[in-house]
Formats: sequence, structure tokens, C-alpha cells
Amino acid sequence: MSDHVPPEAAPQSGLEIGRRKFLVRLSIAVGSIGAALVAVPSVAFLLGLRKSPRIWRTVGKLDDFTVGTTVNVSFEDPSPLPWAGVTAKTAAWLRRVDDREFIAFSMICTHLGCPVRWLAKANLFMCPCHGGVFYADGQVASGPPPKPLNRYPVRVYNNEVQILTMPVPIT
Amino acid sequence: MQFIKRIWIWFDDVTGVSAMLKPLLDHPVPNARKFSWFYVLGSATLIAFLIQVVTGIALASGYVASSGQAYSTLQFITDAPIGRIIRGMHYFGASAMIILIGLHTIRVYLMASYKYPRQMNWLSGVALLLLTLAMVFTGQLLRWDQTGFWSVLIAAEQAGRVPLIGNWLGHFILAGDTVGGATLSRFFVAHVFFFPGLIFLIVAFHLYLVVHNGISEPPNASRPVEPKTYRPWYHALLARDGQPFWPDAAWRDVVFGVLVVLTVVGLAIIVGPPLLGKPPDPTIVEATPRPEWYFLWYYAILSIIPKWSEDLVMIWGPALFGIALILLPLVAGKGQRSPLRRPWSFVIVAVVLFMIAYYGEVGKVAPWSPRMDAPPLPTAVVGAISGPIAYGAQVFHDKGCEYCHKVSGYGGVRGPDLTYAGDTLTPAQITTRIYSGGTNMPSYRGNMTSDQLSALLAFLGSRHRQPVLPPPEPNSNP
Repeated sequence: MSDHVPPEAAPQSGLEIGRRKFLVRLSIAVGSIGAALVAVPSVAFLLGLRKSPRIWRTVGKLDDFTVGTTVNVSFEDPSPLPWAGVTAKTAAWLRRVDDREFIAFSMICTHLGCPVRWLAKANLFMCPCHGGVFYADGQVASGPPPKPLNRYPVRVYNNEVQILTMPVPIT
Repeated sequence: MQFIKRIWIWFDDVTGVSAMLKPLLDHPVPNARKFSWFYVLGSATLIAFLIQVVTGIALASGYVASSGQAYSTLQFITDAPIGRIIRGMHYFGASAMIILIGLHTIRVYLMASYKYPRQMNWLSGVALLLLTLAMVFTGQLLRWDQTGFWSVLIAAEQAGRVPLIGNWLGHFILAGDTVGGATLSRFFVAHVFFFPGLIFLIVAFHLYLVVHNGISEPPNASRPVEPKTYRPWYHALLARDGQPFWPDAAWRDVVFGVLVVLTVVGLAIIVGPPLLGKPPDPTIVEATPRPEWYFLWYYAILSIIPKWSEDLVMIWGPALFGIALILLPLVAGKGQRSPLRRPWSFVIVAVVLFMIAYYGEVGKVAPWSPRMDAPPLPTAVVGAISGPIAYGAQVFHDKGCEYCHKVSGYGGVRGPDLTYAGDTLTPAQITTRIYSGGTNMPSYRGNMTSDQLSALLAFLGSRHRQPVLPPPEPNSNP
């Protein structure tokens, strides 16, 4: 864009050419090191995903749950950041099967991740997004979901019902 | 006055600003004559982007990028005196940018301005198009209401379909094992720093190329592009018939750009920003996330394709779209530019526009979504307050049939309308269907008592074109 003409380079001896080549390579190498010093830790920080430990979270007392019913329970992430607010919570569908046995289903539809709802009278889970339906045991009944609903491990401990937290299942 | 002039002369002397800008303003451009107004779309896209930058900075000053607080800061911004208008401008500015970059792409494609020597103009434009899509997706998310929250999960699940790295990619989008404090920060950084930074860089490159290669002349069927002779020919054209960019061509950019601004501001004041949904609380089960209008068509297509093709379409659909855009100037970099000699270009544009418009409308209705808020059928529709028909109507609602099947205007549209089921289906056919289910209907075998089934059959059997109950009026003809 400008009319600058680079100053005429001096006639080059073989030694001069070798020196220039060296300086070019040196600059590129040193510059790359400098760039890497900035980029590597920054990218590493960005790619460093938050790993959560898996811990048992209490969702209620044993007597809170009636045998045969499926209810919505929520529990907190294993190590929520202080500013996570309501998003630190996770909801699940919990069914008391008998005296000691529980099943906890993930709310996340295995199709595209929308929240499935339990239809108590129909005995089915239904997804509001694309109409995926799951039977009471989490198996696919109809629609697009490719896999059964994911389950959380559940246990009864000290008369409390506990769910083992887990990463969001990616289908 | 004299003093200001002296300051300017000094400033120009020590900076060389006029020596740099004057050639840009004066550079000759082809006289596009009756096609001149087609050339304003690129600058209008840039103006829409600048609206986004300015309103975005204003919004960021009232926004807290924290998963726990972003929602309430959006309420704060919306309730602030001018905040509502700024939010509206940012919302309609995004739509304007999508529409304008789309039209600009179509103009360049139809006129084949991507051919030699402007292949890199096209490729940098493709990068800007993809970045714009990334911006509108991340921006809609930052609203961080219920739809924003679930959009993150849906994006992660879609990314999860990518072979091999899907699981990692999904959790990369979530910024960890679960949606939490780190998630929104990630999208905020992408939307506010990373993508805009790239856009600034690539816009600069794109504009540099526009000046370097010159603005393309309107196509002429008798003059295909020949790389060996194009540049000398183009410069001869400019010498013969060119006009200075400023103001001969640029005044149209200014006028159209101001119209874009007026439209965006007008819509922001009159219509206002989209309403905030429910808070981003994952324990609120009643959530029905829907994408914004520019992605509705894609949502619709993903919803109607057969189940077996889903992984293919989800991965290869966007991939092939990108590959086609990249390959276009590389495989068709010379030759005929006139759209009249490239009739398939009209066909492709028509198909794309039809898909976006038609499937966008389909996506609005979302016939595949069950209507989970359908109320129990009113007595007037059921035609009975007790007995098997009334009980059957209750079963029809309780078992979720109504969410997918419509009766007399109530219920969903995923399955067949059953308003006249009594006319078209025998009890045996209905029973078979209920027991065996289908691709999109669960089987109710073992999930319905015989009382419930016979009541449901009684109810569906009573759905007739001519109501059987009550009996016909005495004076009406049979």
C-alpha cells in the first residue's frame, strides 16, 4: 500500500548468506519458544476439565419413599463451585422397588439430552422434545432414543437413601 | 479553524494516515449499474456485527457470567431503563447479521464472485459464516434461562455422537463432568472474547482481500473467468469504466446500513427482547427447550429423519455442508460466472431457502413433540360423565395417549388423529395397536388392566363423525 522500496541489500558473500540463514532460523526458533510459553499453559488451563469425585449424596430418609412409587429427587454435585447456584443440582427419578431396593434413573434422555418426565399413571417415562418413551425399567419403548435411560447407583445407608453421583452420561 | 488545520497537517505528517486511507477510499470499483444494490450486503453484515459489538459491550457491563447469577442479571438488564432496548437490539442485531450474511453468501454464490482470484475472499467468508452461527448459538445460551441450560446438554449430547472423541467433546462443552459453575464461563469466553476476536481478524483479512483483488464485476455470460488473463482484463475494465469507491459506490452501503440500524432499533423498541424462560434449575422437570428460529429448521430435520440415519445426519450433515463450502472455489475456481449459465445454482439456493423456511415452520409446530400439557378431555367432547366412555376418556389422558393423539382438537399430533377412531378402526385393530405398539408408540401390554382397555375401546369406539349420543333431534332427517 505504501511506496517504500526496501534498501538495496549489499552484495552477499557465502559467509553472509550463511549468517542470515542462521539468524532467520534462530528468530523463528526463539519466537516459537516464546509463543509456546504463553500458549501451552493457557490451552492446558482451557482444556483442563473439572473432574468430580463420585460420592454418595443423601436424597431422603428411607421412610420418605413409598414402595412402588417413582419420584423426582435432587442432589448436589460432588464439589460444586461456589458460584454454580441452582446449576449445582442434579435431578433424578427415584423408585422404591421394595423394602431395601431402589432404582435411580437419570433424567437426561439418551436421544439428545432433554429432561424426561415420569408419567405415574401411564407407568412410562416420556421426553418432551422428540417424544422418546421409556418403559418403567428404563428400556426404550418407542421413538428415537438409542439406549435405555442411564441409572445411578443407589444404596440405603443409616436409614438414608443415597445416590452415587456420576458425570453427565454422554450417549 | 486555521489552528485545527495545522494540527491535522502535523498529525498526517507524522502518521501518514491520509496516504494510507486515500487509496482505499479512491480505489476504483466496477460500475455495477442495475446490480449495484446487490453489493451492499457485505458491508451491511459488517454493520450488523458492529451493532452486536457495541450493544454487546453495553450488555456485558450488566451481566455476571456466573451459572448461579447470570439469570438474575438478565432480569436486572431487562428491567433497567434502557436495558430492555439494548437487549432487543442485540437480539434483532443477531437475526439481522444471520440474514445479511446469508444473503451476502447467496449473492456471491449466484454471481460466482468466488472464482479466480477471489477464492480466498470466499474461504475467509465461509469462516465468518461459521463463526456467526457459533456466535448466535453461544449467545442464545448466555440468556441462561431454562432453555439456555438444556441447550448446553443438548449440544453436549450431539457432540457425543462424534466417533472416538465424542465423549471427551461432550464433556469439553460442559467444561467438566457436570453442568456447573465452569460451564457458563466457558460459553461467555467463547462468545465475548474468542469468537469475536477471530471475527475481527478474519474481517480485516476479508476486507484486505476485497481491496487487493478488487470488487467483482457483475457476471457476463460471454466472458468466463480465465485466470491467465483475468487480472489485466479487470484492470483495463477499471481504467475504462471504474468509479471511485468513495462516494460513488459507498453511498449505497451507507444508506442501506442505516436502514439496517433503523430496523434493528425499531424492532428493539416496538417488539422488545425475547422473554426470559424459567430459571436454569435442573430440578424443574417441566422443560421444553426449543432452538431460536435460525436453528429451528435443523431441529426439525433431525426430528423427522429415520432413527437409523441420525448419527450419519448429525455428523455428516454439518460436515458435508462445511466441506462443500470449502471445496466450491477450489474445484470451480474459473470459467462461467453468469447464474443464467449455471442454472443449478438457482436450484441449490432455492432448495436451501425452502428447507430453512419450510422446516422452520415445521419446527415451530414441532408435531413430533408430545403435548405433555394437554388437559383431560372436557365432558362436552367425551359425551358422558360416567360409565365406560367417561372412564375410557380418563384412561386416554392418564396413559399419555392424548399427548400424541388428538381428539376433537385436544392433544398432540405425533400420532394419528383419533377424533373419528370409531369410524375408521375396529376394536380389534385398536387393541392390536395398543398391545404391540410401534416405532413411535410404546406397547401397553402389561401396562393396562382389562377394565382400562375395554373402557378405552368404548371411548375410542364412540368417536364418530355423526355423534351417536345424544340421539338425533326428532325433526332432523336421517
